Amino acid sequence: MQETDQSLQTLQDIKRMMERSSRFISLSGWSGISAGTCALIAAWVTSKRIDCWRIGDCLFPQLSGGGAADLKRDLFIIGGITFIAASVTAFIFTFVRSKKNGTPIWNLMVRRLMWSVMIPLLAGGCLLYRMIQLEQFELVAPGCLIIYGLALLNGSKYTLGEIRYLAIGQLILGIINLWMIGYGLHFWALGFGVLHIMYGIWMWFKYER
Amino acid sequence: MRNPIENLNKIFDSRIRLGVMSSLMVNESVSFNDLKQLLEVTDGNLASHLVNLEENGFIKVHKGFIGRKTNTTYSITKAGEKAFKEHVEALENMIKGVK
Repeated sequence: MQETDQSLQTLQDIKRMMERSSRFISLSGWSGISAGTCALIAAWVTSKRIDCWRIGDCLFPQLSGGGAADLKRDLFIIGGITFIAASVTAFIFTFVRSKKNGTPIWNLMVRRLMWSVMIPLLAGGCLLYRMIQLEQFELVAPGCLIIYGLALLNGSKYTLGEIRYLAIGQLILGIINLWMIGYGLHFWALGFGVLHIMYGIWMWFKYER
Repeated sequence: MRNPIENLNKIFDSRIRLGVMSSLMVNESVSFNDLKQLLEVTDGNLASHLVNLEENGFIKVHKGFIGRKTNTTYSITKAGEKAFKEHVEALENMIKGVK
């Protein structure tokens, strides 16, 4: 009987070791919640800036008409600040969690995770940048969601597998958005805001509570 | 009746050697420093276990450089993979056998 217990223990050790050495498991649910909150705040600020609720249409005529340069600059600033704020807060929560778990933050798995997410994100970023230069604004919002979804999907191999569902959610929203041009901001808020928060709460419930 | 323990590989008795093999099973290659972090062992301790595994032909060593610092990485051999799988199977059989 004792031998069986020992074998079972050993098998569990092997499984744990395989997981520990192939996935970064300290991603915190709070990171998702904080990133999502940043996105929702940004969506609100943006909607104020472009005043889309009053005008009705959310953006595209304004981006090529008069005052377009100012608007574009403001949107870039909002976008940049959001990206930095979301990344920094997400990093902090995950850093705290990995300290608690005793896993080093910058190891083999993190490096792999970073690369697998960053490469599609950077390539996609170039694509979006060119689209903006060529004034193809309609496809930028769905493009963001689809590129982010693909990047997450690529990264899901190296971290908690559930992130795949977040990725698929982003992809679905992005694809629907392709046929609902003009509602980009709504889809942004849903994808980057609501989905992140839902995912974060789910992960927190499952792993951290 | 067959003795279920006969298939257990003595080399994998050590938790550290077992840990090295487990992580090399799921990774193409892992560096010395990453193994050290994963297993939470000292340099000397890890090195002696790695030599043991290498002498048994279970792992391959690749010596390289990052800048001027040495970067040694390890990967599993066909023989190592086979031995590890048999070891896991033997463990599973022991659990089944008692049921």
